[in-house]
Amino acid sequence: MSQHSSVGIVAPQIAHFNEPLTLKSGQVLPQFNLIYETYGELNADKSNAVLICHALSGHHHVAGKHSEDDKSPGWWDNLIGPGKPLDTNKFFVIGLNNLGGCHGSSGPLSTNPDTDRPWSANFPIVTVEDWVNSQARLADYLGIKQLAAVLGGSLGGMQALQWSIAYPERIRNALVIASAPNLTAQNIAFNEVARQAIITDPEFYEGDYYNHGAVPRRGLRIARMLGHITYLSDDAMGTKFGRKLRDGAIKYGFDVEFEMESYLRYQGDKFAGEFDANTYLRMTRALDYFDPAFEHGGDLSAALSKVTADFLVVSFTSDWRFSPARSREIVKALLDNELSVSYAEVTAAHGHDAFLMPDAHYHNIMRAYFAKIEV
Amino acid sequence: MGNLEKNIALNAENRADFALITKWISPNAKVLDLGCGDGALLTKLRKTHNVRAYGVEKDDANWLNAMNNRIDVIQMDLESGLSGFEAQSFDVVILSQTLQAVLNTEAIVKEMLRVGREVIVTFPNFGYWRYRFQLALGGHMPVSDNLPYQWYDTPNVHLCTIHDFDEFCRKSDIVIQERLVLTDKEAVHFMPNMMGALAMYRLRSK
Repeated sequence: MSQHSSVGIVAPQIAHFNEPLTLKSGQVLPQFNLIYETYGELNADKSNAVLICHALSGHHHVAGKHSEDDKSPGWWDNLIGPGKPLDTNKFFVIGLNNLGGCHGSSGPLSTNPDTDRPWSANFPIVTVEDWVNSQARLADYLGIKQLAAVLGGSLGGMQALQWSIAYPERIRNALVIASAPNLTAQNIAFNEVARQAIITDPEFYEGDYYNHGAVPRRGLRIARMLGHITYLSDDAMGTKFGRKLRDGAIKYGFDVEFEMESYLRYQGDKFAGEFDANTYLRMTRALDYFDPAFEHGGDLSAALSKVTADFLVVSFTSDWRFSPARSREIVKALLDNELSVSYAEVTAAHGHDAFLMPDAHYHNIMRAYFAKIEV
Repeated sequence: MGNLEKNIALNAENRADFALITKWISPNAKVLDLGCGDGALLTKLRKTHNVRAYGVEKDDANWLNAMNNRIDVIQMDLESGLSGFEAQSFDVVILSQTLQAVLNTEAIVKEMLRVGREVIVTFPNFGYWRYRFQLALGGHMPVSDNLPYQWYDTPNVHLCTIHDFDEFCRKSDIVIQERLVLTDKEAVHFMPNMMGALAMYRLRSK
């Protein structure tokens, strides 16, 4: 991909909002910060903005690097940049960290203005709807009346869908990738195991671990290990690790012997060192709660009756956590409303993680869709 | 020639049946084209009849071409049915030159009639005299511009004649509203099951 370049060195910015935000739970955030990054130039009539919504553990650093010696670029750098499928020569791309996050937006780690102490476990439970409302405030702040597109994978796709429901006049295209109209019982179950791992960690202190100089690392680690199992397909794991032994021989013990274990422990440790447990709890809850059809007696088509945006829905054949069948439910509801929708079911081995991979056909799909968006 | 190249060649040849399908479509109709390929027929219908067009396409490359032609295209395999589409939600559902290549022929025709108020089906007529001659005198499975495959690489698993399809419609309570038979882009009226290379049907449920 040498002909495609990076957005280069980028720097995050912080937007402060003084107007209170009433959350779905009824709680009110008196003020909040959102950390964000932008790539490309906002055009004169501000019609070329694309908002990127992140998934469970994502953040505002979507593309480019923060410094020359940054080891890795933003989490969706393979998609976004000059000449890339989401071309920053054409679009003005915005990435942000959602409320409740741990990368610079208001969340459990930030200071509660009422107490001058970290919110900690007292930071409210936020929902996809709340995130989208806060993102609309960010669009206001940037002077953008209407987004050319909102793009997200997984939990991010739910936000793109919610945008089309909550702000039909402010979004022209929604790209919903590897997502679902709500979580299945099995998915909620995985989230619950992850939360229980964190909450039952003796270092959790009911979420007040900061004040105890503790971090529930064991819980976070197990939660992440479980997550990684579900983000990969059995085939992908088989191909990547199989039954390979790290030292070539069985040792009759419980240390790392299989490569698979080594990978999971590495991912778990890495995550436990950089992610906040209270944020993790909140992100999984936002996933559990999202269900736009609920207020319409389970009728997703009715929930989408006010939607006007055009849609691209993409799923991946080996994704069993957000299976193609769930994407097809979204497509069906969009078709029922006679909306413009294209749906691709990408043959991919990587499971749920496939939406972050630079698969050629997948990227061609994204390129073709973004090419037809007029700005 | 690989199957894909043959299909593209076949699609170009099909523009003859496209022209006639166009005559069966009302202005502003909501149209679903099953196996829409690169979306050529829908593009044409959108231009001439201002239709609300949706395509269904299984093949990745075709899907991408349809997307590049600004068609709303749903990637799915017809063999798994049309459960993603509400009953009677389209004015017309089209299956152009694909019937002979599907496995669950009966189920798919019924699904089309469930989703569309009207159904247009076109297929190569296996009763065409050239095919009969190739088999009867040459002793070989027929190969032609419309059926460019050898028996061992053909996607066409359910070839039928006009008589066969008429009988299928009668047995399945399907109303044939109109039938057109073509050879070299010309309508055939005399002994169509013998003289016609391509059959076109306009169907609805009883």
